Amino acid sequence: MKPPAQSDRSADTARFFDYDGSMTSTPTELIRNFSIIAHIDHGKSTLADRLIQATGALTAREMTEQVLDNMDIEKERGITIKAQTVRLSYPAKDGKTYILNLMDTPGHVDFAYEVSRSLAACEGSLLVVDASQGVEAQTLANVYQAIDANHEIVPVLNKIDLPAAEPDRVKQQIEDVIGLDASDAVEISAKTGLNIEAVLEALVTRLPPPVGDDTAPLTALLVDSWYDQYLGVIILVRIKNGRLRKGMRIRMMSSGAVHTVEQVGVFAPKLRPEPDLGPGEIGFITAAIKTVADCNVGDTITDDRHPATEALPGFKPSIPVVWCGLYPVEADDFEKLRESLGRLRLNDASFHYEAETSAALGFGFRCGFLGLLHLEIVQERLSREFDLDLIATAPSVVYRLTKTNGETMDLHNPADMPDGSLIDHIEEPWIKATILVPDDYLGAVLTLCNERRGHQVDLTYVGNRAMAVYRLPLNEVVFDFYDRLKSISRGYASFDYQMDNYLESDLAKISILVNLEPVDALSFIAHKSVAETRGRAICAKLKDLIPKQLFKIAIQAAIGGRVIARETISALSKDVTAKCYGGDISRKRKLLDKQKEGKKRMRQFGKVEIPQSAFLAALKMDA
Amino acid sequence: MQFLALYIHWPFCLSKCPYCDFNSHVRAAIPEARILAALRTELAFEAARLGPRRLASIFFGGGTPSLMAPESVAAVIADATALFTPAPDLEITLEANPTSIEAGRFRAYRDAGVNRISIGVQSLDDAALTFLGRNHSAAQAMAAVEIGRDIFPRASFDLIYARPGQTLAAWRAELATALAVGLDHLSLYQLTIEPGTQFATLYGRAAFTLPDDEDAAALYDATAEIAARFGLAPYEISNYAKPGQESRHNLAYWRYQDYAGIGAGAHGRITIGDQLIATRRHRAPEAWAGRVEARGHGSVEEAEVSADERAREALLMGLRLAEGIDTKAYAARTGRALIDTLDPDILDQALLAGYLEATPDRLIATAEGRKRLNSLLTALVR
Ligand SMILES: Nc1nc2c(ncn2[C@@H]2O[C@H](COP(=O)(O)OP(=O)(O)OP(=O)(O)O)[C@@H](O)[C@H]2O)c(=O)[nH]1
Ligand SMILES: C[S@@+](CC[C@H](N)C(=O)[O-])C[C@H]1O[C@@H](n2cnc3c(N)ncnc32)[C@H](O)[C@@H]1O
Ligand code: SF4
Ligand SMILES: [Mg+2]
Repeated sequence: MKPPAQSDRSADTARFFDYDGSMTSTPTELIRNFSIIAHIDHGKSTLADRLIQATGALTAREMTEQVLDNMDIEKERGITIKAQTVRLSYPAKDGKTYILNLMDTPGHVDFAYEVSRSLAACEGSLLVVDASQGVEAQTLANVYQAIDANHEIVPVLNKIDLPAAEPDRVKQQIEDVIGLDASDAVEISAKTGLNIEAVLEALVTRLPPPVGDDTAPLTALLVDSWYDQYLGVIILVRIKNGRLRKGMRIRMMSSGAVHTVEQVGVFAPKLRPEPDLGPGEIGFITAAIKTVADCNVGDTITDDRHPATEALPGFKPSIPVVWCGLYPVEADDFEKLRESLGRLRLNDASFHYEAETSAALGFGFRCGFLGLLHLEIVQERLSREFDLDLIATAPSVVYRLTKTNGETMDLHNPADMPDGSLIDHIEEPWIKATILVPDDYLGAVLTLCNERRGHQVDLTYVGNRAMAVYRLPLNEVVFDFYDRLKSISRGYASFDYQMDNYLESDLAKISILVNLEPVDALSFIAHKSVAETRGRAICAKLKDLIPKQLFKIAIQAAIGGRVIARETISALSKDVTAKCYGGDISRKRKLLDKQKEGKKRMRQFGKVEIPQSAFLAALKMDA
Repeated sequence: MQFLALYIHWPFCLSKCPYCDFNSHVRAAIPEARILAALRTELAFEAARLGPRRLASIFFGGGTPSLMAPESVAAVIADATALFTPAPDLEITLEANPTSIEAGRFRAYRDAGVNRISIGVQSLDDAALTFLGRNHSAAQAMAAVEIGRDIFPRASFDLIYARPGQTLAAWRAELATALAVGLDHLSLYQLTIEPGTQFATLYGRAAFTLPDDEDAAALYDATAEIAARFGLAPYEISNYAKPGQESRHNLAYWRYQDYAGIGAGAHGRITIGDQLIATRRHRAPEAWAGRVEARGHGSVEEAEVSADERAREALLMGLRLAEGIDTKAYAARTGRALIDTLDPDILDQALLAGYLEATPDRLIATAEGRKRLNSLLTALVR
């Protein structure tokens, strides 16, 4: 659900405008819509590659590995961030040619909202399980979502080329843990292409076709959207009933906005124009929409002249679990930041933002994310796609605060915490976490959970793997729990969680002072039992993260007026150009001019430059 | 009459050293006659626009000017002293590489008028010389230094330290040996990774490591300490001399006085009328010569240096000197009061930290300040 790679775009756009052919649309019996779901790295995108190749949608020359992961960040990190849709055409063994709409989804828990929206656009799922790893936490989380969405599910055992693959054991696991019949699971290697034909046949024979009424008023689900400089907003839709045509006046049922459809098409996976889209089809439209606010994922698009009476159920809104402030380094960039956030949000409905101001940082936005990886990715996309220099404050969860006067407030930013004397009590959010881990590492995992103030809810075994269910305070989990879990289990533990409830807690705000000036963006809230340890750890970390500067720097952590930790960064010992003669003056002066400009733009805290990376890194506790 | 320092660039070397980003080119056959003719044309061009000047110094730099025929050196000196009024103590320096062939020409350079030689020894350790890509041994280099010392009234040589793996003890020993030769001047450079050099690529690939700021500081402190034992003081960040033996030519740069630069890639700062002009010549020798032949000079850029730019340039050069900046001369040269170009908060902090010292007529970066001059400057300029 994202635009094709930048390089293809202009050529495609040109072709797109030239199109004036016509095509008869496909009867629903010949359509299959499916999501590929799995735990992270189990091979969804690689399977998508094979399906694209097997149906000839791309030639060998056009193929790359994980061809649908076309954002640079996805390629660099080797993970899928955005769900992606492709239309394939498959001549099946029954002699008929089917249209397959494939949706590749991300596996990481932070991008779960992409999965849930994809599921709503399909009737079935390929549940991919790495046959050498077995069922993992996100396998469970995703398959339960698919079951909730009434999906027909085809289990696929991937990576059977690996010597460590144990398809029979994993089938048993699928039956025991998920309760899904795995006797017909397709055993494949997405890497070598083994048995891909069987996946295609299973899609056609085992998944139901979509149902819909061609003659009913149009209802189309707005699944995803993104901004194109030339075309305006591009919208990915799933047609439920009726027909969406070029030239039609459409209405967004929730926002009420009306637009005229300019283009209709599909991704195959290149942009391909179509005269219209009928029931069961998935494709995109453009309608010269420049107002980002007109497009909300989950909205229903209908025909303005013959509107449907009832909107589709839409999506549950995503609820951010971690927040941070984003401020432009240059105050002048505030408007640009606002516009960029709007465009990013168009393409990432799980990202939330609202304007806020800070005494130290000026005008900016409070932004909500589904996790720390999500936060990192959004920051990176903002700097790459929109060329923005940002300051991000230390991430925080939302606390509920009751003041002595009975007022309650949601605290997103520790800097806003009122004076202790005004606070009656504070509640913090708890989650319910499911952790799957091989026996050998269970002890270490339980220790970690206990260190993080967790309470065990359940512990069961599936073969030699344990499934531990824990309740944990979110602020103990959000920053580095996942990294720690991976490292103590050598990568074998997997983890998934849901928000649970709020509970009163004994919390303190820890302020960080640099050269005696408090740095709002670094203050954080922690349970009193760990406050001092955390304060010391952060000071020690900052000592490594803040580069030496001209003068020595004092770093302190304090609770109220009480200093609980301090560190000193000594002054830089040597930093001078060795050779500087007549030929070097111009260059050296220009460098100085540039550095001076850079410095002016850098936010300084007590005359100390704190690198952007420090704000997030400081909060990650390593053992 | 206003003083002038004259820089002449010889842009050729026998091979390119992996650390070096000077404008130097390797040619199978150096087109010496053509380059010499072009140098003389440029010299005449500068003399014509500069008018009468007292010539304080001439510096043949490179590249490797010791590849020039002594007759070529003689011709340039003859032109320069005819076009300008030579100061009685005119200093004429030539940079030399210490191979035996070049040392063989020292006598002839002396006869041509050169009175100061600066030799690129770089190290007294053969393994280090190999690492630095030098095509001479330590013994050859020291032999050249001795010949130079005997032939020229003044001699100096260059060493590069803070090399990968070089210990403090090893550098102390190497430096003491170098100083025992008994010269009155040495240039001692910390190895710097210059962008675009072979070392930059290697360093980028982590092929070797360099000392961190603390180790570098220790090496730098030891350098001053040992030089002091032999009576040499650091009059500039990387230059050490007995009193009165400083390179007068280089002092002109650091004091931000007028200098004309001719030859490929040479820079200049010259006063014409009431303007200070920055000049820059084309870097490629043949292209430069072509321009000179076509229009009398090979400049690719001549631009007025604004008052603000002068203020920053004079500051960044002047604080390199142990004598610091003469505030009156600074104001006269730049049109800005020194105090107005500095951030008052940082000035206070730096005075307090002992990085700067102010006297009624000078602002001086102390030894501690000079060691951190880059950060100090970025913080200090306003
Ligand atoms: N040996 C083997 N490796 C495979 C197979 N399928 C995928 N892989 C490898 O597994 C890794 C992850 O594959 P992806 O296709 O990116 O996994 P994914 O499920 O899309 O990952 P996310 O989108 O990040 O959740 C890659 O290194 C693939 O090359 C397979 O059948 N056999
Ligand atoms: C123009 S160069 C020397 C000229 C002469 N061709 C030679 O190599 O001997 C001036 C001096 O700068 C020093 N130098 C050049 N590049 C350097 C670097 N990257 N780091 C430290 N010193 C350097 C060397 O000591 C060199 O002798
Ligand atoms: S260090 Fe000297 S010899 Fe080596 S390339 Fe540079 S100028 Fe030429
Ligand atoms: Mg993927």
